[in-house]
Amino acid sequence: MLKISKDRITEIFNTVAESKSLYLPVNREDGQAEFKKYENGMVLSENLNTLRSAKDFFFPQTENLVDFKMEGKNIEVIDVREECEDFVIFGVRACDARSFTILDKVFLADPVDSYYKNRRDHGTIVTMACTRPSETCFCGSFGIDATEPEGDAVCYTDGSSYFFKANTEKGEAFINSVSSLLEDGDTAELEKVQAKTKEILAKLPLSNLSTDSFGGEKLNELFKSEKWAELSEACLGCGTCTFVCPTCQCYDIKDFNTGNGIKRFRCWDSCMYSDFTKMAHGNPRLSQVERFRQRFMHKLVYFPANNNGEFGCVGCGRCLSRCPVSMNIVKVMKALEEK
Amino acid sequence: MQEAIIKRAKELLADGSVNRVIGWKKGEFVYDITPAVFETAEEIDADFVYNELTSANVSKYLVKETKKDGKVLVFLKPCDTYSFNQLTKEHRINRENVYVIGIPGGPKLDVEKIKAKGITGILNITNDNGTLKIETLYGEETMPFADAVSTKCENCKSKKHVVFDELIGEDGDITDTNRFEMVEKLENMTSQERFDFWRDQLSKCIRCNACRNICPACTCEKCVFDNPDLGTDNKAAADSFEENMFHIIRAFHVAGRCTDCGECSRVCPQNIPLHLLNRKFIKDINSLYGEYQAGEDTTSRAPLTDYTFDDCEASIVHERGAE
Ligand code: SF4
Ligand code: SF4
Ligand code: SF4
Ligand code: SF4
Ligand code: SF4
Repeated sequence: MLKISKDRITEIFNTVAESKSLYLPVNREDGQAEFKKYENGMVLSENLNTLRSAKDFFFPQTENLVDFKMEGKNIEVIDVREECEDFVIFGVRACDARSFTILDKVFLADPVDSYYKNRRDHGTIVTMACTRPSETCFCGSFGIDATEPEGDAVCYTDGSSYFFKANTEKGEAFINSVSSLLEDGDTAELEKVQAKTKEILAKLPLSNLSTDSFGGEKLNELFKSEKWAELSEACLGCGTCTFVCPTCQCYDIKDFNTGNGIKRFRCWDSCMYSDFTKMAHGNPRLSQVERFRQRFMHKLVYFPANNNGEFGCVGCGRCLSRCPVSMNIVKVMKALEEK
Repeated sequence: MQEAIIKRAKELLADGSVNRVIGWKKGEFVYDITPAVFETAEEIDADFVYNELTSANVSKYLVKETKKDGKVLVFLKPCDTYSFNQLTKEHRINRENVYVIGIPGGPKLDVEKIKAKGITGILNITNDNGTLKIETLYGEETMPFADAVSTKCENCKSKKHVVFDELIGEDGDITDTNRFEMVEKLENMTSQERFDFWRDQLSKCIRCNACRNICPACTCEKCVFDNPDLGTDNKAAADSFEENMFHIIRAFHVAGRCTDCGECSRVCPQNIPLHLLNRKFIKDINSLYGEYQAGEDTTSRAPLTDYTFDDCEASIVHERGAE
């Protein structure tokens, strides 16, 4: 397999960054990793994953959709869309790579979301196989292999080198663009590392978490479960879980009055909020019990019901470590499973 | 301590003094503990925990819980009693419907500080005389307990319970732990440096509302930031200054009412030091209107809702702001 030694990885970054914007996980001063636009001198984070997910690249927290300009009785509609430039995201984990497939099902289904598609078409995703899964990881429950991530190209490490493999044309183009830096390498050590990671994955505390009790056909039973009241009791309705989640996809569209026109923008929304899907009569989900239920029913029941059984969670564990009251999808699944 | 707490909770449930208990429920791992309401001795035996990782302040749940029928038992750490008093003072808690047991507080641990050291795959954490032994998927790690102490406990303002119906353990004193040290550092910066510091910190904000929703001082039925009918709602940082506005307005809304419980900084997923904003207000109120600690009692008049002849003149505040 083509490889580069670990200490030369910045040469790859520099080469890619010459022609395209390159984003990679970099550590902040508080030790948390976040995707940053690469500049010479930046160091790839060793953290397992970024605090925020990678969905921001395709589905940003806020974006302008269209402008309206008013003059007298005339309204001019200004299309603000511009062709996005090519970019590369390096170091995406297997869980987050799968989240793009899930988001695609929402945004690329008819009618296609042209804003999302624009970014998706121009982005190349280079994933990174995991070697140190954490106790909060449960990607395996959703059929994701952390050692064999999806993505346009995949990067693996055996500790001393980075190996590259292309999955798509975009991935091949990426590897070709840096091929002068790569050499053919022996994968014996890599295979050992991969096997070891698989062992760890098998003994993760959540490795036995099963999705058998969930899916579209369980709708009535789960919707009516009496457990929701207790499960949602501590929930603050803050929305942190939805904002850090790579697959949460709900948004609101609002008009901002600029004084002589309107900027119509969309921003992330959260089913945990009191004004979510507010209509003339109010929010159809009157209390936090229903709002809380919505988030988990969406991921575990409604989404699979509409998408051939695919769940709307990738087991990244972000909601496990970020919820201020430590309530999360794993606790919900375990509680609902017990009859 | 956990044993004594559980024993007392079960006694009070058994003799009918209370019909519910608010406490902490163990999770999937050692650290993911959730505030919870327990109704039976069996539930308590199965899941109740109190240890170095139970840092959540549960007093805000009383706003909801004391509206229900019957008396609820709550266990409060010293810092939580200040929140409790403040909520009582603001008529948000129905005092008759709650029985308060004061319990010893921290220092509590922040698991994020352990993870930030690169210790991941955490399976268990034990405290061996000031050294944390952390069992992980990748072998055992150790680190000093002191390095993993929650930010909110680093500057503990009080080990004294300002309200309780009974106590478990000894009561402590009001402590002096230089909680304004960092505020002074910020004050000594030039206004540009300070502006840059806050822009840098606040630009990390994802407007997830964890800080607001955990805050015992934020109990408005409808927050201005959630009210589409008012036109002030803002769900996301729609422009680059919007999250700053959110924090400035929130800091003003809790000024004089914030007890410095530290929950906002504890829960912020982006590790923004929100407590520094609040401490600046507390420090200013102390120097402009006389020493005041929100939540210390339930009867005194709050400096910002009171008028005395000793109050500093508005012009002084105005001049200070000009710099
Ligand atoms: S589950 Fe947790 S993170 Fe999500 S809204 Fe409730 S309190 Fe916030
Ligand atoms: S629900 Fe939680 S674990 Fe699942 S994808 Fe979202 S943040 Fe990750
Ligand atoms: S959830 Fe799986 S893919 Fe994601 S970081 Fe953990 S081990 Fe890697
Ligand atoms: S908790 Fe942190 S990220 Fe969330 S709204 Fe508050 S400051 Fe912003
Ligand atoms: S602003 Fe922060 S420190 Fe003050 S009362 Fe609210 S949560 Fe506690």
